[in-house]
Amino acid sequence: MRELSLHLLDIVENSVAAKAGCIEISVIEDRTQDRLKLSVKDDGVGMTPEMAARVTDPFVTSRTTRKVGLGIPLLKAAAEACNGYLSIHSVLREGTRVDVEFQHSHIDRMPLGNLTGTFLNLLVSYPHIRWVLTVQVNEELFVFDSAPIIRELEGIPLTEPTILSFLRQMLEEGIESVHLAG
Amino acid sequence: MPNIKSLEDLKRIREEALEKRRVKAAEGEIRVIVGMGTTGIAAGARETMKAILDYIEKEGLSGVLVTQTGGLGLDASEPIVQVVVGDQPKVTYGKVTPDVARRIMKEHVAGGKLVEGFVIPVKS
Repeated sequence: MRELSLHLLDIVENSVAAKAGCIEISVIEDRTQDRLKLSVKDDGVGMTPEMAARVTDPFVTSRTTRKVGLGIPLLKAAAEACNGYLSIHSVLREGTRVDVEFQHSHIDRMPLGNLTGTFLNLLVSYPHIRWVLTVQVNEELFVFDSAPIIRELEGIPLTEPTILSFLRQMLEEGIESVHLAG
Repeated sequence: MPNIKSLEDLKRIREEALEKRRVKAAEGEIRVIVGMGTTGIAAGARETMKAILDYIEKEGLSGVLVTQTGGLGLDASEPIVQVVVGDQPKVTYGKVTPDVARRIMKEHVAGGKLVEGFVIPVKS
């Protein structure tokens, strides 16, 4: 995968599989400290400490269709190649939090890529989950919360053309404004 | 500062969407499912999804439910797209690039005709 936003899309699938009701994703560019931080926090079923310690191993997976899971190990390797790390904190029946950090200016660091595409993809695919998305560049902040939008829509699917257009523009404009100002 | 879309804007377009939806619901729902496991994403599934959503937006295609699923165990054929029209059987397409996705939307979802050559046989 060539974009961090694609890796995000991939590892968030673990939170969905963990039956999360709320998933918080944050992307923080701290250019002063030269760090890029991604995090995914869910209120899903969580893991035992043993499982949490082992999921960075490519031969561990909860899936049954195939025995190898590569999402987390791939991202971990990418972070470690850029003076960064990936860490997982999980509490059984409470949820899981994945933190990934990179040296922002590292020559091997993948570009963030299309964050709007990733967010829109998740919103549309899992409208029953509450999504809280944060994009921060230095002090500039954009926070998107799907809860008030879903409430307002009263069951109208997000894939209705006008709604889709609204969501795409809201995300694009929010993310762009943070990057322009930050 | 650009004018960021707000909930007020959403309230305004809500009624219009609801009305279109009511008209469309009578014809039976169409579901489009994109395989979005690790291999799907690596093969370009997000761009496939984007092409589908862009088509809906551009053509104003109402009454289509787009969703995603994890890996389907068909890694060699990713990206995978499945189309379900009303209560007809599910049709599975393989190697769906954004171009193929646009054809599926136009010919199958909007036009009701299978896109031959990309359909793959699977047990459903």
